[in-house]
Amino acid sequence: MIAAGNGRDGASILPLRLEGVGYAAGGQMRISDIDIELAAGPRTIILGPNGAGKSLLLRLCHGLIQPTAGRVQWRGSGAALRRRQAMVFQRPIMLRRSAAGNIGFALKLRGLGRSERREQIAEVLRRTGLSALAHRPARVLSGGEQQRLALARAWALEPEVLFLDEPTASLDPAATRAVEELVQSIHRSGTKIVMTTHDLGQARRLADEILFLNHGHLVETGPAAPFFAGPATPEAAAFLKGELTW
Amino acid sequence: MSAAATGSGAQPFMQTIQDAFASALHLMISLNAGLIEIVLLSLRVSLTAVLCAALIGLPLGAALALFQFPGRRFAAILLSSLMGMPPVVVGLIVYLLLSRSGPLGVFGLLFSPTAMILAQIVIVTPIIAALTRQLVEDLWSEYREQLQSLGCGPRRAIATLLWDGRFSLMTALLAGFGRASAEVGAVMIVGGNIDHVTRMMTTAIALETSKGDLALALGLGIILIVLSLGVNGAAFVIRDLTGRHP
Repeated sequence: MIAAGNGRDGASILPLRLEGVGYAAGGQMRISDIDIELAAGPRTIILGPNGAGKSLLLRLCHGLIQPTAGRVQWRGSGAALRRRQAMVFQRPIMLRRSAAGNIGFALKLRGLGRSERREQIAEVLRRTGLSALAHRPARVLSGGEQQRLALARAWALEPEVLFLDEPTASLDPAATRAVEELVQSIHRSGTKIVMTTHDLGQARRLADEILFLNHGHLVETGPAAPFFAGPATPEAAAFLKGELTW
Repeated sequence: MSAAATGSGAQPFMQTIQDAFASALHLMISLNAGLIEIVLLSLRVSLTAVLCAALIGLPLGAALALFQFPGRRFAAILLSSLMGMPPVVVGLIVYLLLSRSGPLGVFGLLFSPTAMILAQIVIVTPIIAALTRQLVEDLWSEYREQLQSLGCGPRRAIATLLWDGRFSLMTALLAGFGRASAEVGAVMIVGGNIDHVTRMMTTAIALETSKGDLALALGLGIILIVLSLGVNGAAFVIRDLTGRHP
């Protein structure tokens, strides 16, 4: 069993509040007037067409970039914030070492000792079905295996919040299914999921709540079931019908 | 010119070369003490210089790649220009620094192996730093978000990038060693080519050739060529290894 105490000790960092958040680059507002509150529990899917600003919103939440307007506010502050979050990117970024070494690297950054690391690596590889690949160089694994390893690396950190940026965008259907199952398992273990996708089927399968984004604006938010049954805005309706709203 | 005249002129020349070649082989096979001494000194000076240059150039190049500061671009251009600095000019500058009346004159280092090491450090450091900067910059653009997400500080990031670029960086070190071991101008000026003290392979070749002792010059030349082949062969093997661990 993965030892608690890595990310989950102490008070929760959720909810995450974004107040009037905007981001400008090259003299252009890429995203603006974002007001949301992300609470512990439901799987949040950020949905929208390509170029809507989904990845940008995720990076703003995770703190990889700073907003040029408004503020991103977690409960609490300081180093704990970063330690309780993890992110998986569209293209898995693997260090030039073994699969196990990649997980070990992340755990070492969290200050875990050698024996603790070894235990957690073995445990998370087992949970993700990657034990057989432990000693293979991570960068020669297939795209699907690398993405599962990226999820395993994130899971090993026991984050309270996991951000996923289109994690299946470049994967085949079988690998996509494996990644989705892993996301479900991570959610069941108590981690808040915040994920972007432009894939409607995936959003239907995974979402508890939807943030629908278009042209850098938050168009519609709410629980997933009513959103898919009858969207309140014409943009969302058009998107659901497959008419991309560029 | 008549055919006879060409023939009579070429015969003694070819004879000289053949004799010199035979003597050179004899010197090498019999492990001639004078020859060995020169080879060992050359290796000691160049390897020490490359080691020191690596200790300076690797972190310096990586820091230039990672940190944003005013004049960063200028520093990168300067570094690239220093790569092509003529060794005689470096020799002259180090000579001025180390000469009795120079700022470092009190140490009495001029015409010592240490002086030659210093000159070669000045020649090799920009090569290693510039190649490192380029390589680490490419890696950093790939790793940046992932390392930030994992909470990796700048120092650890530099160490990680250097480690992950280790195979390519080895070729940078080999390039530095190739340059150092082949260089003659700087070590001639600051070392003085003193027999048993600062006589290197390159300076010995220059001297023995002008004296007409072609055997020693050729023997050393052959060793230099073998060394160069060895360095390039090693670089090749390393590139192969990199291919297997992309």
